[in-house]
Amino acid sequence: MTLAVQGLATHFFTHAGGVKAVDGVDFSVEPGQIMGLVGESGSGKSITGFSILGLIDPPGRIVAGSIRFKGTEISNASEADFQRLRGNRIAMIFQDPMMTLNPVLRIDTQMIEAIQAHETVPRRTAWEQSRAALGLVGIPAPEERLSAYPHQLSGGMRQRVAIAIAFLNKPDLIIADEPTTALDVTIQAQIIHEAQKLTRETRTAMIWITHDLAVVAGLADRISVMYAGRIVEQGATDDIIDRPLHPYTVGLLGSVPSANRRGARLAQIEGMAPNMLALPPGCAFAPRCQHADATCAQVPEMAAVSGRTVRCFHPVSRP
Amino acid sequence: MTEATLTAPVTPVKVETPFQRFRAEFFESRIATAALATIVLIILLALFAPWITPQNPYDLAQVDVMDGRLAPGSEAFAGYTMWLGSDGAGRDLFSAILYGLRISLAVGVASGVIALLLGMAVGLLAAYAGGRLETVIMRVVDLQLSFPASLVALMLIAILGKGIENIILALVVAQWAYYARTVRATALVERRKEYVEAAACLGLSNTRIIFRHILPNCLAPLIVVGTVQVASAISLEATLSFLGIGLPQTEPSLGVLIANGFEYMMSGRYWISIFPGLALLLTVVSINLVGDHLRDVLNPRLKK
Repeated sequence: MTLAVQGLATHFFTHAGGVKAVDGVDFSVEPGQIMGLVGESGSGKSITGFSILGLIDPPGRIVAGSIRFKGTEISNASEADFQRLRGNRIAMIFQDPMMTLNPVLRIDTQMIEAIQAHETVPRRTAWEQSRAALGLVGIPAPEERLSAYPHQLSGGMRQRVAIAIAFLNKPDLIIADEPTTALDVTIQAQIIHEAQKLTRETRTAMIWITHDLAVVAGLADRISVMYAGRIVEQGATDDIIDRPLHPYTVGLLGSVPSANRRGARLAQIEGMAPNMLALPPGCAFAPRCQHADATCAQVPEMAAVSGRTVRCFHPVSRP
Repeated sequence: MTEATLTAPVTPVKVETPFQRFRAEFFESRIATAALATIVLIILLALFAPWITPQNPYDLAQVDVMDGRLAPGSEAFAGYTMWLGSDGAGRDLFSAILYGLRISLAVGVASGVIALLLGMAVGLLAAYAGGRLETVIMRVVDLQLSFPASLVALMLIAILGKGIENIILALVVAQWAYYARTVRATALVERRKEYVEAAACLGLSNTRIIFRHILPNCLAPLIVVGTVQVASAISLEATLSFLGIGLPQTEPSLGVLIANGFEYMMSGRYWISIFPGLALLLTVVSINLVGDHLRDVLNPRLKK
């Protein structure tokens, strides 16, 4: 088990009131496994990622829960411990490759720095490692790219560099925060392919955060669907895509445009994502849910239903 | 698909560093190029003054009182021509101006660099620490900037006394706040950018992130402010010297020379004040022109 998160709660204490950005999240990832963390904007999926890395700044704080990384509790680790983990054992890939590379430093400078932050190796060795890493993510002529500045590379190329940097120190876990959202679809497919190949080869665990079910459908082994700070459904990708149980997952899947429904009106989930400052007392999805009734005024617990877990009193049963 | 990208013909990328691009853009402007050339010329003249000038104006043995107040083009007692005339004490003005430029430039650059380093450290600290420390620092900066620089410098010289070190100190005190404010504003913007977060995710230390990642991205506005501040330090030093509280009479800077000639202005001996004044003007205007153009080139919002 690479990572086991249990009951994680990260709250933000703002002037307008407390925001339960993440409120009781459980999941685990194993080596070589890709877990898709799916949810819409503001559902707490990125905050979950940052909580694991210990990068929650005030007014935010992890208020409860345990994060066990390779058997060690890290939710209360010191900043120095986290510095040793970050970029070394746990790496991160960000959404916008235009923004995540420092514009005034060359690619080699940034890669060598990432290596030397965790390992005392000569510059030359670090440079060789960087070149090998660029080759691994399918970058042609890595020597030339190494001496380039970020603005000289295309978006897809930069995201490949970011992925290469994430894999540089052979981490046990990579958290990818919407890494393909800013890319066009053909490049998106290539990046997904590279990431999947590398995770399998290096047996790295990966958490792929996205709002796009279509992306994780072909990529992830397991999917956790988040809504308003909680995981509402969790299970194997095929189960969730083929037979979703939670009304929210059903809604998400229904709103994916696909070729076989050409001309038909695209389904959408009624209503708006809830205001995180004033969540409904019971099930957060209840106000938008067709199946909601009086019982939904209580918070549903995660319950095991046909091989997976779902947080709903009225799981959808489809033949 | 990977194989396809791997076998694709490799087009060699011409690596143009940000500096090369900046240089090319800078020299597009003729005025800025001319101004930069003027600055280089002035610096060279000042640097090699002892080999260029016919007289060392600080060496009293070489200064002859009999040569006093000679018009431009007159012949000195020692035999050389005083192309710019001489001042009341018999100094060759051409020599005195070059030696004066040495002092003016040295004082301007020294105080500019010290103020830059100080302001940069304080500004970065404020931006990165945040909270109460930032508030305190920035209120001190506001307080400092609410007084005219010349007034602050005047007060300090009155307390500290004359002398070149005290002038530099006064100029640093009068100017550090401009740098601090600029660095803080830029660093606050840079800090929020994703590459800083990404650097934190690489496990880099705070010090490394501040100095290796944030600071280089703050340099553009700093260079601009620095250039303009060096020019203003030079004119501030001249002001103090003109008022008689700057540098001593025995080692005249441009301000002292202008002050010396001031009493002769009405009697037709214009050259004693005018030529040092022109030298000062040329220096300050050239530096400001370069600074203005640097701002245009380095400001991404003014990019074509």
